[in-house]
Parts: sequence; structure tokens; C-alpha cells
Amino acid sequence: MKLTRLAGAAVVLALCAVGCGTSSDDSGGSAGDSDTPGGFTAPDVPMASELGDNEGALSILAWPGYAEDGSTDKTVDWVTPFEEKTGCQVDVKTFGTSDEAVSLMQSGQYDVVSASGDASLRLIAGGDVAPVNTDLVPNYADVWPFLKDRPWNSVDDQMYGIPHGYGANLLMWRTDKVDPAPTSWSAVFDDSSAYAGKVTAYDSPIYIADAALYLMNTQPDLGIEDPYALDADQLAAAVELLKAQKANVGEYWSDYLKEVQAFTTGDSIVGTTWQVIANLAEADKVPVKAILPEEGSTGWSDTWMVGSETEHPNCAYAWLDHIISPEANDAVAEWFGEAPASSKACEIATKGFCESYHAGDEAYAEKIHYWTTPIEECLDGRTDVTCTTYQEWTQAWTEIKG
Amino acid sequence: MASSGSAGLLHRSPRLRLGLLLGPPMLWLGVLYLGSLAALFITSLWTVDAFGAGIQRTWTLENFRTLFTLDVYRTITFRTLLTAVAVTVIDGLVAVPVALFMAKVASPRWQRILVILVLTPLWASYLVKAYAWRGMFSTGGPLDSVGLSPGYGLSATIVTLAYLWLPYMVLPMYAGLERLPDSLLEASADLGAGTWTTMRRVVLPVLFPAAVAGSIFTFSLTLGDYIAVKIVGGTNQLLGNVVYDSFLTGNNMPFAATVSLIPVVVMLAYLTAVRRTGALENL
Repeated sequence: MKLTRLAGAAVVLALCAVGCGTSSDDSGGSAGDSDTPGGFTAPDVPMASELGDNEGALSILAWPGYAEDGSTDKTVDWVTPFEEKTGCQVDVKTFGTSDEAVSLMQSGQYDVVSASGDASLRLIAGGDVAPVNTDLVPNYADVWPFLKDRPWNSVDDQMYGIPHGYGANLLMWRTDKVDPAPTSWSAVFDDSSAYAGKVTAYDSPIYIADAALYLMNTQPDLGIEDPYALDADQLAAAVELLKAQKANVGEYWSDYLKEVQAFTTGDSIVGTTWQVIANLAEADKVPVKAILPEEGSTGWSDTWMVGSETEHPNCAYAWLDHIISPEANDAVAEWFGEAPASSKACEIATKGFCESYHAGDEAYAEKIHYWTTPIEECLDGRTDVTCTTYQEWTQAWTEIKG
Repeated sequence: MASSGSAGLLHRSPRLRLGLLLGPPMLWLGVLYLGSLAALFITSLWTVDAFGAGIQRTWTLENFRTLFTLDVYRTITFRTLLTAVAVTVIDGLVAVPVALFMAKVASPRWQRILVILVLTPLWASYLVKAYAWRGMFSTGGPLDSVGLSPGYGLSATIVTLAYLWLPYMVLPMYAGLERLPDSLLEASADLGAGTWTTMRRVVLPVLFPAAVAGSIFTFSLTLGDYIAVKIVGGTNQLLGNVVYDSFLTGNNMPFAATVSLIPVVVMLAYLTAVRRTGALENL
């Protein structure tokens, strides 16, 4: 009896410890202001105006492969040269998804972060990152012009970070199993039944944008202008298309090595992919080909951002400058498998590398619709409707997979 | 001086002694275990803002409404339950002869070897074993070459999970049967019972509680699994995947908490049912 009561008391205590937080303010003080629902006004965060002495320490939050110090591969190291040059001791934390990056950044413990377009907007809105003074980053001048002042890295022509690299989601197929060679995304949508059970797709709500992009070209009546700005009807149409596709999908992938293996065995013969996956499969002598289909494609464009609460702004700016220096930018791009942001990186890159990733090819880059967080306020400028949010996309994605 | 003083205090007050002895484990059970369950329940009554950036701490039943009104969650729940039942049944069927042989037929030397063999797979990483099955089921893989591969999907998931959790079913059954004295089997035979009657009236009553104990493992482990289905499950998703996706992809912790209450409720119902059978007392 007594024990039961004791346990009961402990539960009540625990309940209070959690429940009592309810009345207080949102503890993640920097999290998005809820009184501007979906509306996009960047919070007023001060920007650095000049640089001083380096603080001697820097805490980095990065995609795996973006801040290598030689511990993965002895020859892959652009962190040590940075430490030697600037005296900033680097501490790296990696994350696996954009969502993880956002929640880690909210802790305010990191000085810089490599954010994809579907994270950057959320970070800006939450006041977790500060505007970046590009005058203080000399190497910024070498960045391809078409990567500057874009919706996923700037607000009202104010840059919030330094472009780092980009890549497109491509259409890949097994040349021995898929004939004739596809030129359009219809191979995985309207015509996917020809390859029933062997189609693959990216396992993330953001893949809804791929369907929206296809609908943008095939069903102009829907009026989709931007695959990341979908109103309820447009989202429903995309969901419809993806549900039809699901009948022919063998499996969804989010682990790129799993996708390489599926194409090697022939469990998947057509589907969406990254350039690095195509390269790995080709290196294994798998007969695959990857193209940017005629409709264009979705893709990612990553940006290094500075935390709004950073205690090491000088080291942070030193890192921004270092990471897009030709040597470092080339090293990252070749290690990770994407197009570098710096034009000078291509001058020192391995022969043929920049060509295979179409680095600097503006026409190619313009065909890519970069990952952006869908928000209530339509990104395509429509004001007569509200658009669906990433939360709704997440739920829709669960329903599509069924 | 001080130490003898406190020792004396402990000696004089048995309540304090008991409190110090039971305090830490009760704290562990109460705060960390039950407390986290309570936190889970409370979180399920909150919601997130559109950016998924902040948790809105206002009470709402919105998450439960979504859970109960959208068909997809019912489908996924039934699929998960079906998988858990299938895995448990398969493990039960496979484990009975194995455990029976280990406990009653094998020589002591072979008994030890068999126990080691059953335990060995537990030394290998979960992922290694799951990816091994991915290779088995792949097009042109070993199972496919003899025409037996169902391809990636729910059946592949059930086979993989049944393989992964088999030791958890074999070991309780083996332990239960080992306690059954051989003399009982002989007595049963002497009294004229055939093999079937002996099985039914002597072995089964011992086996049943052990099987129930094993089924708690296989059933609950399957209810919470989300990795195997990602590796060999094709396009299928289980409850674990919904929790994972809501939490990590959507940053929607409240909804993830709501969904994870389903397995908790199912397990509570299952344990209550098990308690009713009295199997737990005989363990």
C-alpha cells in the first residue's frame, strides 16, 4: 500500500514538473512568433558591421560531410587548415535532417549552421540566425551570381548566409531494363505502371513538390506557379498523383546507400536520385543513367548561416570565408557530391568534376526548384488564398504512404 | 564519530532505512519511467505552430481528433497489430519444437551448444541482420533464385521480425520446459497416456505461461519497430514510422506523442488479458 502511494506521489510530482510549464511562456524563447501565423516578417536581428580578433573557438552544426577534419578519411580535411589559419578551435556537430538542424539551432549553442532551403526559412523566421554582412566575406565575390539573393537565403534583398553548394534531384533509370530512355518525370508518374513495383521515390514530405512540379507542366489548369506554394486544392491534386504512383512504387528511399543497392540488384529500376548516387552506381558498373528531365526538377541549395546568439562572430565569419574559399569549397563539393558555389573552386577541381555536376551552368541551375519550406503565406505571391504548411505536407505524406 | 552517529540513526529508525533503500529505485520507476509516460500523455494534448518551430502549450484534443478521424491511422494501426500477431504466432510455432528438443531431448552437452546457438544472433547488430534479410529478399537474391522471395513488403517484414525476435521466444520456453521434471513425463506414460495426452496435459500447462512471457517480448518489440520495415518493408509503414516521421520530419512532437499512445494502450490491454489467464502467476 505504502509503496503504491509513494509511486503515486512521484507521478504527481512528475506530472507537475511537466504540466506546470504549461502556464509559463514558450521556453524556446527564440522560436517562431505565433502572433504572425504563417506570415513572413523576418525578426529584427542585428547584423555584424565589422570584424575584430578571432575568439579562438567555433561551434559548427553541419550536414555530414560538410565539416571534415580528417577523422573520416585522412585526405579529407578542411577544418585543420582553418584552425591553423585562424586559431579558432572547431567543434563539429552533424545532423541528419533539416528538421533536426532547426531544433538544434533553436538551442542557441551553435555559431554556424549549414542549412538547406527547407530549413533556412524556418531559422530566419525563428530569429535563430542573423543577417550576414557579405562585405565581411571576401570570397563571397566569387560565388556564382545566380545563387545570390534567392528566396531561400535572403529576405528583402538581405543575405542571411553564404551559398555553399547545390544539386538537383535527378531521374535515374537502369538502361538495360527501361526502354525507351525517359525524358520526362512522367516515367515515374503517369507512365509508372509500365514499371510496377520497380519505381522508387524520395521518402520525405518535400517530395510532394516533385509531384507538384510535374502537375505544373501537365495540368496548367491547376495554376501551380511554384511547387512549394500549394493551396488546398493543388495539394490534393499532388496527393492524388502520388497515391496513384504509390501503387507502382517498390520502395521509398531516404538513405542514399540503400538506393544504390536497390538499383544494383534491380529492385528499383526508375526513380528520383542524386548525382552522387548515380556516380556511385556507375562506379559499381551498374548500367544506369541520370538526367535532368524536361520539366526541370527539385533540388537543394545549401547556405552557411550565423547563429543570432553566437559568442564567436569573428570566428564564424572566418569560417564563412574559409568554406567558400576555392580549396575548401572544391574539397567539400567533391567529397559530398554537389556543385560548388564558388566559381574559383571549379578552376582547381578535378578535371571533369564541375562538368558532371553542371556547376555554374545557370540554365541548368534555373531548372532546379530548390527546397523551400512551404508556409501559409503563398511563396508565389498569391494573397487571395492561404497555402498549405509543411505540417500539412507531413500529414499528407503519411496518408500517401497509407 | 560522525559515521557512528549516522549509523546509529539508521539503526534507530527503520523507516529512514527503508526510505534510503527503496528511494532510488522508486524514484527511477516513478519519475523516470512513469514520469516520462505522463509527459508523453501531456505532450499529446499540445500542438505546434505552422513552422513546427515551437510547441504551443494550450490544451487541445486536436491531435486525438486527427488520429481518430483520418482513416490512414486506423489502417496503419491494424497493419501494425497484424504484423505483431503474425510475428508472435510464427515465433511461437517455431520455438516450441526447438525449446522442447533443447530441454528434453538433447544431451547436456548439446543443450549448452544449442543455447549458445540460439543466443549467438543476439550478439550481431540489429542492422546487420536486417540488411542481411534485405539481401535475401532482393531481386536475384538467394530466396528469389529459388522462387521463394515475396519481394519487399509486409510479408518480408514479418519474416525478418520473426527472425529477429525468435530468441526472445525460445529462451522463456526453454527455461519453462527445463523446470518440468522428466519423472512427470515418465509418470504420465506409466499411467497410460499417449504422446498427445502427455503433451496436452503435462507439457502444455508448463509451456503456456512461458509462451505468454515470450509473446510479450515478440509482440511489444514488433509494435515499436520501425527500422526493419524501412529496410525490407517496401512502401509499408507501421506505427513506429508515423511516430518517427511526425517527430523528426514534421517536428511535431505532440502528434508523435499521441500516436505513440496507441502501442501503450494496446500493450496495457494485452497485459491485462494475459493477467486474466493467470499465466503471469505461474511464471
